Amino acid sequence: MSHDVVERKLGLLIVLIVLVISVGGFIEVVPLAMSAAAKQGAVQIAPRTALEQAGFDVYEREGCYLCHSQQIRPFRSETERYGPYSVAAESQYDHPFQWGSKRTGPDLARVGGRYSDDWHRLHLRNPRDVVPESNMPGFPWLEQDQLDAALLQRKLRVLRLLGTPYTDADIAAVPAAVQDKTELDALVAYLQSLGLARPRG
Amino acid sequence: MSTLMRTIVLVFTCLNVLGCAWLIWWTALKQPDEVAEGAVKEHVWDGDLRERNNPMPRWWLILFYITIVFALVYFLLYPAVGSGVLGWSETREYNEEMQSAQRHYAPVYAAFAGRSIEDLAHDSRALALGHSLFATNCINCHGSDARGAPGFPDLTDNDWLYGGTPADIIQSIGHGREGTMPPIGAALGAQGVDEVIDYVLSLSGHAEPADKVAAGKARFVVCAGCHGADAKGNHAIGAPDLTADIWLYGGSPATLRKTLMEGRHGKMPAHQWLGDDRIRLLAAYVYSLSHPQ
Repeated sequence: MSHDVVERKLGLLIVLIVLVISVGGFIEVVPLAMSAAAKQGAVQIAPRTALEQAGFDVYEREGCYLCHSQQIRPFRSETERYGPYSVAAESQYDHPFQWGSKRTGPDLARVGGRYSDDWHRLHLRNPRDVVPESNMPGFPWLEQDQLDAALLQRKLRVLRLLGTPYTDADIAAVPAAVQDKTELDALVAYLQSLGLARPRG
Repeated sequence: MSTLMRTIVLVFTCLNVLGCAWLIWWTALKQPDEVAEGAVKEHVWDGDLRERNNPMPRWWLILFYITIVFALVYFLLYPAVGSGVLGWSETREYNEEMQSAQRHYAPVYAAFAGRSIEDLAHDSRALALGHSLFATNCINCHGSDARGAPGFPDLTDNDWLYGGTPADIIQSIGHGREGTMPPIGAALGAQGVDEVIDYVLSLSGHAEPADKVAAGKARFVVCAGCHGADAKGNHAIGAPDLTADIWLYGGSPATLRKTLMEGRHGKMPAHQWLGDDRIRLLAAYVYSLSHPQ
Protein backbone atom coordinates (compact mmCIF):
# COMPACT_ATOMS: atom_id res chain seq x y z
CA MET A 1 0.00 0.00 0.00
CA SER A 2 1.48 3.27 -1.03
CA HIS A 3 1.29 6.39 1.12
CA ASP A 4 -0.40 8.08 -1.83
CA VAL A 5 -3.42 5.83 -1.35
CA VAL A 6 -3.90 6.96 2.27
CA GLU A 7 -3.50 10.58 1.29
CA ARG A 8 -6.01 10.35 -1.52
CA LYS A 9 -8.74 8.28 0.15
CA LEU A 10 -10.09 10.48 2.97
CA GLY A 11 -12.36 7.77 4.40
CA LEU A 12 -9.42 5.41 4.82
CA LEU A 13 -7.33 8.20 6.38
CA ILE A 14 -10.08 8.87 8.94
CA VAL A 15 -10.40 5.18 9.82
CA LEU A 16 -6.65 4.83 10.29
CA ILE A 17 -6.43 7.99 12.46
CA VAL A 18 -9.29 6.79 14.66
CA LEU A 19 -7.57 3.41 14.98
CA VAL A 20 -4.26 4.96 16.08
CA ILE A 21 -5.92 7.27 18.64
CA SER A 22 -8.07 4.43 19.98
CA VAL A 23 -5.04 2.29 20.74
CA GLY A 24 -3.35 5.18 22.55
CA GLY A 25 -6.50 6.02 24.47
CA PHE A 26 -7.07 2.41 25.38
CA ILE A 27 -3.59 2.05 26.80
CA GLU A 28 -3.80 5.25 28.82
CA VAL A 29 -7.37 5.19 30.08
CA VAL A 30 -8.74 1.68 30.36
CA PRO A 31 -6.25 0.04 32.75
CA LEU A 32 -6.52 2.86 35.30
CA ALA A 33 -10.29 3.06 34.99
CA MET A 34 -10.53 -0.67 35.69
CA SER A 35 -7.99 -0.65 38.48
CA ALA A 36 -9.59 -1.36 41.82
CA ALA A 37 -6.48 -0.10 43.62
CA ALA A 38 -6.80 3.37 42.12
CA LYS A 39 -10.46 3.57 43.08
CA GLN A 40 -10.22 2.36 46.63
CA GLY A 41 -6.63 3.02 47.59
CA ALA A 42 -5.68 3.19 51.23
CA VAL A 43 -8.49 5.52 52.30
CA GLN A 44 -12.13 4.79 52.98
CA ILE A 45 -14.46 7.39 51.55
CA ALA A 46 -18.08 7.62 52.63
CA PRO A 47 -20.58 9.02 50.15
CA ARG A 48 -21.50 12.63 50.78
CA THR A 49 -24.59 13.42 52.85
CA ALA A 50 -27.55 14.88 50.96
CA LEU A 51 -26.73 18.38 52.25
CA GLU A 52 -23.08 18.08 51.22
CA GLN A 53 -24.12 16.79 47.78
CA ALA A 54 -26.40 19.81 47.39
CA GLY A 55 -23.37 21.94 48.24
CA PHE A 56 -21.30 20.11 45.63
CA ASP A 57 -23.92 21.03 43.03
CA VAL A 58 -23.85 24.69 44.10
CA TYR A 59 -20.04 24.61 43.85
CA GLU A 60 -20.37 23.22 40.33
CA ARG A 61 -23.11 25.66 39.29
CA GLU A 62 -21.26 28.75 40.51
CA GLY A 63 -18.11 27.67 38.71
CA CYS A 64 -15.88 27.55 41.79
CA TYR A 65 -13.66 25.10 39.90
CA LEU A 66 -12.67 27.87 37.51
CA CYS A 67 -10.48 29.39 40.21
CA HIS A 68 -10.09 26.62 42.79
CA SER A 69 -8.51 23.23 42.19
CA GLN A 70 -9.11 20.20 44.39
CA GLN A 71 -5.93 18.30 43.78
CA ILE A 72 -2.89 18.58 46.02
CA ARG A 73 0.09 17.33 44.06
CA PRO A 74 2.85 15.29 45.73
CA PHE A 75 5.30 18.14 46.14
CA ARG A 76 6.47 19.58 49.44
CA SER A 77 5.54 23.10 48.33
CA GLU A 78 1.91 21.93 48.09
CA THR A 79 1.64 19.58 51.05
CA GLU A 80 3.19 22.11 53.45
CA ARG A 81 0.47 24.57 52.57
CA TYR A 82 -2.56 22.41 51.92
CA GLY A 83 -1.99 19.08 53.69
CA PRO A 84 -1.39 15.50 52.48
CA TYR A 85 -1.40 15.04 48.71
CA SER A 86 -4.64 13.91 47.05
CA VAL A 87 -5.22 10.29 46.08
CA ALA A 88 -7.57 9.05 43.36
CA ALA A 89 -10.00 7.38 45.77
CA GLU A 90 -10.90 10.75 47.25
CA SER A 91 -12.61 11.81 44.01
CA GLN A 92 -14.54 8.60 43.44
CA TYR A 93 -17.96 10.12 44.24
CA ASP A 94 -17.32 13.39 42.41
CA HIS A 95 -19.44 13.59 39.27
CA PRO A 96 -17.79 15.42 37.65
CA PHE A 97 -14.41 15.42 39.42
CA GLN A 98 -13.13 18.78 40.64
CA TRP A 99 -9.37 18.43 40.16
CA GLY A 100 -9.28 21.68 38.21
CA SER A 101 -6.50 23.00 36.03
CA LYS A 102 -5.92 26.49 37.34
CA ARG A 103 -5.54 28.16 40.72
CA THR A 104 -6.57 31.78 40.91
CA GLY A 105 -7.60 31.02 44.49
CA PRO A 106 -6.08 28.35 46.72
CA ASP A 107 -6.59 24.61 46.38
CA LEU A 108 -9.63 23.44 48.36
CA ALA A 109 -9.01 19.69 48.52
CA ARG A 110 -8.43 19.85 52.31
CA VAL A 111 -10.27 23.01 53.28
CA GLY A 112 -12.60 21.04 55.60
CA GLY A 113 -12.13 22.15 59.23
CA ARG A 114 -9.59 24.77 58.23
CA TYR A 115 -11.98 27.65 58.94
CA SER A 116 -15.09 27.99 61.08
CA ASP A 117 -18.58 27.80 59.58
CA ASP A 118 -19.04 31.49 60.42
CA TRP A 119 -15.91 32.38 58.50
CA HIS A 120 -17.23 30.58 55.41
CA ARG A 121 -20.59 32.35 55.68
CA LEU A 122 -19.01 35.80 55.94
CA HIS A 123 -16.47 34.96 53.30
CA LEU A 124 -18.98 33.63 50.77
CA ARG A 125 -21.26 36.63 51.26
CA ASN A 126 -18.43 39.11 50.73
CA PRO A 127 -14.85 37.79 50.82
CA ARG A 128 -13.41 41.24 51.57
CA ASP A 129 -15.18 41.33 54.94
CA VAL A 130 -12.62 38.83 56.21
CA VAL A 131 -9.82 38.95 53.64
CA PRO A 132 -9.40 42.57 52.48
CA GLU A 133 -6.89 41.58 49.76
CA SER A 134 -9.22 38.99 48.20
CA ASN A 135 -10.36 39.27 44.58
CA MET A 136 -12.93 36.49 44.90
CA PRO A 137 -16.48 37.51 43.97
CA GLY A 138 -19.22 37.46 46.62
CA PHE A 139 -22.14 35.04 46.45
CA PRO A 140 -24.79 36.86 48.51
CA TRP A 141 -27.75 35.11 46.87
CA LEU A 142 -26.84 31.70 48.27
CA GLU A 143 -28.30 32.49 51.68
CA GLN A 144 -31.62 33.41 50.09
CA ASP A 145 -32.09 30.30 47.96
CA GLN A 146 -33.79 27.35 49.63
CA LEU A 147 -32.85 23.81 48.64
CA ASP A 148 -35.27 21.76 46.56
CA ALA A 149 -35.61 18.40 48.32
CA ALA A 150 -37.45 16.64 45.47
CA LEU A 151 -34.78 17.67 42.97
CA LEU A 152 -32.05 16.55 45.34
CA GLN A 153 -33.70 13.14 45.70
CA ARG A 154 -33.67 12.74 41.92
CA LYS A 155 -30.00 13.71 41.85
CA LEU A 156 -29.18 11.10 44.47
CA ARG A 157 -30.97 8.44 42.39
CA VAL A 158 -28.90 9.39 39.35
CA LEU A 159 -25.72 9.29 41.43
CA ARG A 160 -26.70 5.82 42.59
CA LEU A 161 -26.88 4.75 38.95
CA LEU A 162 -23.35 6.12 38.57
CA GLY A 163 -22.11 3.99 41.46
CA THR A 164 -22.48 6.07 44.63
CA PRO A 165 -23.89 3.65 47.23
CA TYR A 166 -26.92 5.64 48.39
CA THR A 167 -29.60 3.47 50.00
CA ASP A 168 -33.36 3.94 49.68
CA ALA A 169 -33.29 5.12 53.29
CA ASP A 170 -30.70 7.79 52.42
CA ILE A 171 -32.92 9.08 49.64
CA ALA A 172 -36.06 8.95 51.77
CA ALA A 173 -34.32 11.00 54.47
CA VAL A 174 -33.46 13.88 52.13
CA PRO A 175 -36.47 16.14 52.82
CA ALA A 176 -35.86 16.03 56.57
CA ALA A 177 -32.11 16.59 56.13
CA VAL A 178 -32.43 19.69 53.97
CA GLN A 179 -35.57 21.22 55.44
CA ASP A 180 -35.15 25.00 55.85
CA LYS A 181 -31.59 24.76 54.58
CA THR A 182 -30.26 27.33 52.14
CA GLU A 183 -27.74 26.87 49.37
CA LEU A 184 -25.26 28.65 51.62
CA ASP A 185 -25.77 26.02 54.35
CA ALA A 186 -25.21 23.31 51.75
CA LEU A 187 -22.06 24.87 50.31
CA VAL A 188 -20.56 25.39 53.77
CA ALA A 189 -21.37 21.77 54.69
CA TYR A 190 -19.72 20.61 51.47
CA LEU A 191 -16.59 22.72 52.02
CA GLN A 192 -16.29 21.52 55.62
CA SER A 193 -16.41 17.90 54.39
CA LEU A 194 -13.52 18.28 51.96
CA GLY A 195 -10.37 16.31 52.53
CA LEU A 196 -11.14 14.79 55.91
CA ALA A 197 -10.22 11.28 54.69
CA ARG A 198 -6.52 12.15 54.86
CA PRO A 199 -6.20 14.71 57.65
CA ARG A 200 -3.08 16.70 58.40
CA GLY A 201 -0.65 15.74 61.11
CA MET B 1 -3.21 -2.93 38.24
CA SER B 2 -3.79 -6.62 37.56
CA THR B 3 -1.08 -8.71 35.92
CA LEU B 4 -3.28 -9.30 32.88
CA MET B 5 -3.85 -5.58 32.40
CA ARG B 6 -0.16 -4.86 32.89
CA THR B 7 0.71 -7.47 30.25
CA ILE B 8 -1.80 -6.13 27.77
CA VAL B 9 -0.51 -2.57 28.20
CA LEU B 10 3.08 -3.76 27.89
CA VAL B 11 2.37 -5.72 24.68
CA PHE B 12 0.49 -2.83 23.08
CA THR B 13 3.17 -0.32 24.03
CA CYS B 14 5.95 -2.52 22.63
CA LEU B 15 3.99 -3.11 19.42
CA ASN B 16 3.47 0.63 19.17
CA VAL B 17 7.18 1.41 19.49
CA LEU B 18 8.13 -1.34 17.03
CA GLY B 19 5.38 -0.16 14.68
CA CYS B 20 6.80 3.36 14.71
CA ALA B 21 10.27 2.01 13.93
CA TRP B 22 8.87 -0.06 11.07
CA LEU B 23 6.92 2.97 9.73
CA ILE B 24 10.08 5.10 9.62
CA TRP B 25 12.05 2.36 7.89
CA TRP B 26 9.26 1.56 5.44
CA THR B 27 8.53 5.14 4.36
CA ALA B 28 12.25 5.70 3.74
CA LEU B 29 12.45 2.66 1.43
CA LYS B 30 12.68 3.15 -2.29
CA GLN B 31 9.41 2.05 -3.90
CA PRO B 32 9.78 -0.09 -7.04
CA ASP B 33 7.61 2.19 -9.18
CA GLU B 34 8.97 5.55 -8.07
CA VAL B 35 10.62 8.06 -10.39
CA ALA B 36 14.29 8.98 -10.15
CA GLU B 37 15.40 11.11 -7.23
CA GLY B 38 14.78 14.80 -7.90
CA ALA B 39 12.43 14.15 -10.85
CA VAL B 40 8.87 15.53 -10.94
CA LYS B 41 6.24 12.96 -9.93
CA GLU B 42 3.34 12.29 -12.23
CA HIS B 43 0.43 13.05 -9.88
CA VAL B 44 -1.02 16.54 -10.14
CA TRP B 45 -2.62 18.00 -7.00
CA ASP B 46 -5.46 20.55 -7.20
CA GLY B 47 -5.07 21.03 -10.93
CA ASP B 48 -1.56 22.46 -11.11
CA LEU B 49 0.45 21.37 -8.05
CA ARG B 50 3.29 18.95 -8.69
CA GLU B 51 5.97 17.64 -6.35
CA ARG B 52 9.45 16.29 -6.81
CA ASN B 53 10.63 12.97 -5.46
CA ASN B 54 13.04 14.17 -2.77
CA PRO B 55 14.01 11.93 0.15
CA MET B 56 13.69 13.19 3.69
CA PRO B 57 17.00 14.76 4.89
CA ARG B 58 19.16 12.16 6.60
CA TRP B 59 19.51 14.13 9.88
CA TRP B 60 15.73 14.26 10.11
CA LEU B 61 15.41 10.54 9.58
CA ILE B 62 18.03 9.94 12.28
CA LEU B 63 16.07 12.14 14.72
CA PHE B 64 13.11 9.82 14.26
CA TYR B 65 15.27 6.79 15.03
CA ILE B 66 16.63 8.59 18.13
CA THR B 67 13.08 8.94 19.47
CA ILE B 68 12.73 5.16 19.18
CA VAL B 69 15.97 4.63 21.12
CA PHE B 70 14.81 7.21 23.70
CA ALA B 71 11.54 5.31 24.17
CA LEU B 72 13.36 2.01 24.74
CA VAL B 73 15.83 3.54 27.24
CA TYR B 74 12.98 5.27 29.08
CA PHE B 75 11.20 1.92 29.12
CA LEU B 76 14.13 0.33 30.94
CA LEU B 77 14.83 3.16 33.41
CA TYR B 78 11.29 3.97 34.55
CA PRO B 79 8.45 1.69 35.72
CA ALA B 80 7.23 -0.26 32.69
CA VAL B 81 8.54 -3.82 32.87
CA GLY B 82 8.68 -4.20 36.65
CA SER B 83 9.74 -1.12 38.54
CA GLY B 84 12.51 0.06 36.21
CA VAL B 85 16.28 0.22 36.67
CA LEU B 86 16.14 3.53 38.58
CA GLY B 87 13.50 2.26 41.01
CA TRP B 88 11.71 5.59 40.58
CA SER B 89 8.26 6.15 42.05
CA GLU B 90 6.27 9.29 42.68
CA THR B 91 5.87 8.41 46.36
CA ARG B 92 9.61 7.81 46.76
CA GLU B 93 10.47 11.11 45.08
CA TYR B 94 8.05 12.93 47.40
CA ASN B 95 9.46 11.21 50.50
CA GLU B 96 13.00 12.12 49.49
CA GLU B 97 11.97 15.74 49.01
CA MET B 98 10.40 15.79 52.48
CA GLN B 99 13.44 14.17 54.11
CA SER B 100 15.75 16.62 52.43
CA ALA B 101 13.65 19.52 53.75
CA GLN B 102 13.68 17.93 57.18
CA ARG B 103 17.50 17.77 57.14
CA HIS B 104 17.63 21.39 56.05
CA TYR B 105 15.13 22.82 58.53
CA ALA B 106 15.75 20.70 61.62
CA PRO B 107 18.86 22.72 62.62
CA VAL B 108 16.96 25.97 62.00
CA TYR B 109 14.23 24.98 64.45
CA ALA B 110 16.70 23.35 66.83
CA ALA B 111 18.32 26.76 67.34
CA PHE B 112 15.07 28.01 68.89
CA ALA B 113 14.25 24.95 70.97
CA GLY B 114 14.37 25.34 74.72
CA ARG B 115 14.12 29.13 74.62
CA SER B 116 11.13 30.85 76.19
CA ILE B 117 8.43 32.46 74.04
CA GLU B 118 9.16 35.86 75.64
CA ASP B 119 12.81 35.46 74.62
CA LEU B 120 11.92 34.40 71.06
CA ALA B 121 9.59 37.41 70.79
CA HIS B 122 12.76 39.57 70.84
CA ASP B 123 14.69 37.46 68.34
CA SER B 124 14.45 38.95 64.85
CA ARG B 125 15.15 35.61 63.11
CA ALA B 126 12.44 33.84 65.09
CA LEU B 127 10.03 36.69 64.35
CA ALA B 128 10.82 36.58 60.63
CA LEU B 129 9.98 32.86 60.54
CA GLY B 130 6.92 33.43 62.73
CA HIS B 131 5.71 36.18 60.44
CA SER B 132 6.03 33.94 57.41
CA LEU B 133 4.12 31.14 59.17
CA PHE B 134 1.47 33.66 60.17
CA ALA B 135 1.12 34.84 56.56
CA THR B 136 0.64 31.27 55.39
CA ASN B 137 -1.75 30.03 58.04
CA CYS B 138 -3.44 32.84 59.96
CA ILE B 139 -4.12 35.91 57.85
CA ASN B 140 -7.34 34.71 56.25
CA CYS B 141 -9.13 35.21 59.57
CA HIS B 142 -6.88 37.51 61.59
CA GLY B 143 -5.81 39.69 58.65
CA SER B 144 -2.35 40.36 57.23
CA ASP B 145 -1.94 43.11 59.85
CA ALA B 146 -3.22 40.74 62.60
CA ARG B 147 -5.91 43.26 63.50
CA GLY B 148 -8.70 40.77 62.88
CA ALA B 149 -12.15 41.36 61.46
CA PRO B 150 -15.64 41.31 63.01
CA GLY B 151 -15.84 37.89 64.66
CA PHE B 152 -12.07 37.30 64.43
CA PRO B 153 -9.93 38.73 67.22
CA ASP B 154 -7.41 41.53 66.87
CA LEU B 155 -4.10 40.01 68.02
CA THR B 156 -2.28 43.31 68.49
CA ASP B 157 -4.30 44.90 71.29
CA ASN B 158 -3.27 42.77 74.30
CA ASP B 159 -6.94 42.13 75.09
CA TRP B 160 -7.37 38.37 75.18
CA LEU B 161 -10.45 36.15 75.06
CA TYR B 162 -8.61 33.04 76.23
CA GLY B 163 -5.60 34.58 77.92
CA GLY B 164 -2.42 36.10 76.53
CA THR B 165 0.34 34.21 78.31
CA PRO B 166 2.67 32.20 76.06
CA ALA B 167 1.08 28.98 77.31
CA ASP B 168 -2.41 30.30 76.51
CA ILE B 169 -1.38 31.33 73.01
CA ILE B 170 0.25 27.95 72.33
CA GLN B 171 -2.91 26.23 73.52
CA SER B 172 -5.09 28.41 71.30
CA ILE B 173 -3.00 27.73 68.20
CA GLY B 174 -2.50 24.02 68.74
CA HIS B 175 -5.86 22.94 70.05
CA GLY B 176 -8.15 25.67 68.84
CA ARG B 177 -10.87 27.43 70.80
CA GLU B 178 -14.61 27.37 70.62
CA GLY B 179 -16.81 29.91 72.39
CA THR B 180 -20.57 30.22 72.47
CA MET B 181 -22.73 33.12 73.52
CA PRO B 182 -26.28 31.80 73.87
CA PRO B 183 -29.17 33.84 72.48
CA ILE B 184 -30.75 35.39 75.57
CA GLY B 185 -32.90 38.06 73.97
CA ALA B 186 -36.11 36.07 74.44
CA ALA B 187 -35.40 35.56 78.13
CA LEU B 188 -34.65 39.25 78.69
CA GLY B 189 -37.62 40.59 76.73
CA ALA B 190 -37.52 43.59 74.40
CA GLN B 191 -37.17 46.14 77.18
CA GLY B 192 -34.62 44.02 79.00
CA VAL B 193 -32.46 43.82 75.87
CA ASP B 194 -32.48 47.63 75.55
CA GLU B 195 -31.51 48.06 79.17
CA VAL B 196 -28.72 45.50 79.07
CA ILE B 197 -27.31 47.14 75.94
CA ASP B 198 -27.27 50.52 77.69
CA TYR B 199 -25.64 49.04 80.79
CA VAL B 200 -22.98 47.16 78.78
CA LEU B 201 -22.14 50.28 76.77
CA SER B 202 -21.90 52.33 79.99
CA LEU B 203 -19.25 49.90 81.29
CA SER B 204 -16.79 51.11 78.68
CA GLY B 205 -17.47 54.78 79.31
CA HIS B 206 -20.31 55.45 76.86
CA ALA B 207 -22.86 57.96 78.15
CA GLU B 208 -26.23 56.20 78.49
CA PRO B 209 -29.46 57.16 80.35
CA ALA B 210 -28.87 56.51 84.06
CA ASP B 211 -32.24 54.86 84.74
CA LYS B 212 -31.82 52.35 81.92
CA VAL B 213 -28.23 51.66 83.00
CA ALA B 214 -29.45 50.92 86.53
CA ALA B 215 -32.19 48.65 85.22
CA GLY B 216 -29.71 46.92 82.91
CA LYS B 217 -27.30 46.38 85.78
CA ALA B 218 -30.03 44.54 87.67
CA ARG B 219 -30.67 42.35 84.66
CA PHE B 220 -26.95 41.67 84.12
CA VAL B 221 -27.17 38.85 86.68
CA VAL B 222 -28.10 36.61 83.75
CA CYS B 223 -24.88 37.57 81.99
CA ALA B 224 -22.63 37.48 85.04
CA GLY B 225 -22.42 33.68 84.95
CA CYS B 226 -20.06 33.91 81.99
CA HIS B 227 -18.90 37.55 81.88
CA GLY B 228 -18.49 37.84 85.66
CA ALA B 229 -20.26 40.17 88.07
CA ASP B 230 -17.65 42.83 87.24
CA ALA B 231 -18.17 42.12 83.46
CA LYS B 232 -14.45 41.58 83.03
CA GLY B 233 -15.00 38.28 81.25
CA ASN B 234 -13.59 34.80 81.78
CA HIS B 235 -10.56 33.44 79.94
CA ALA B 236 -11.50 29.85 80.74
CA ILE B 237 -14.54 29.98 78.43
CA GLY B 238 -13.57 32.87 76.20
CA ALA B 239 -16.20 35.25 77.60
CA PRO B 240 -15.11 38.75 76.53
CA ASP B 241 -14.26 41.58 78.90
CA LEU B 242 -17.17 44.02 78.39
CA THR B 243 -15.43 46.96 80.05
CA ALA B 244 -12.49 47.29 77.64
CA ASP B 245 -14.38 48.90 74.74
CA ILE B 246 -12.93 46.23 72.46
CA TRP B 247 -15.64 44.39 70.54
CA LEU B 248 -15.24 41.09 68.79
CA TYR B 249 -18.40 41.49 66.69
CA GLY B 250 -18.74 45.28 66.90
CA GLY B 251 -19.90 47.61 69.66
CA SER B 252 -22.79 49.47 68.08
CA PRO B 253 -26.20 49.12 69.80
CA ALA B 254 -27.49 47.31 66.68
CA THR B 255 -24.64 44.76 66.76
CA LEU B 256 -25.05 44.22 70.49
CA ARG B 257 -28.76 43.63 69.91
CA LYS B 258 -27.97 41.02 67.28
CA THR B 259 -25.51 39.37 69.69
CA LEU B 260 -28.15 39.21 72.44
CA MET B 261 -30.98 38.08 70.17
CA GLU B 262 -29.17 35.50 68.04
CA GLY B 263 -26.15 34.56 70.14
CA ARG B 264 -22.64 34.11 68.76
CA HIS B 265 -20.49 31.15 68.04
CA GLY B 266 -16.78 31.71 67.65
CA LYS B 267 -14.39 29.01 66.58
CA MET B 268 -10.66 28.95 66.15
CA PRO B 269 -9.62 25.72 64.38
CA ALA B 270 -6.86 23.56 65.88
CA HIS B 271 -3.45 23.72 64.21
CA GLN B 272 -1.57 20.94 65.99
CA TRP B 273 -0.49 19.58 62.59
CA LEU B 274 1.93 22.51 62.32
CA GLY B 275 4.09 20.74 64.89
CA ASP B 276 5.45 22.12 68.15
CA ASP B 277 8.45 23.90 66.59
CA ARG B 278 6.36 26.01 64.30
CA ILE B 279 3.60 26.61 66.84
CA ARG B 280 6.21 28.03 69.22
CA LEU B 281 7.52 30.40 66.55
CA LEU B 282 3.98 31.47 65.71
CA ALA B 283 3.23 32.01 69.40
CA ALA B 284 6.36 34.17 69.70
CA TYR B 285 5.28 36.25 66.72
CA VAL B 286 1.74 36.68 68.07
CA TYR B 287 3.10 37.51 71.53
CA SER B 288 5.43 40.14 70.04
CA LEU B 289 2.49 41.93 68.39
CA SER B 290 1.10 43.09 71.71
CA HIS B 291 4.47 43.31 73.49
CA PRO B 292 6.58 45.63 71.35
CA GLN B 293 10.20 45.95 72.39
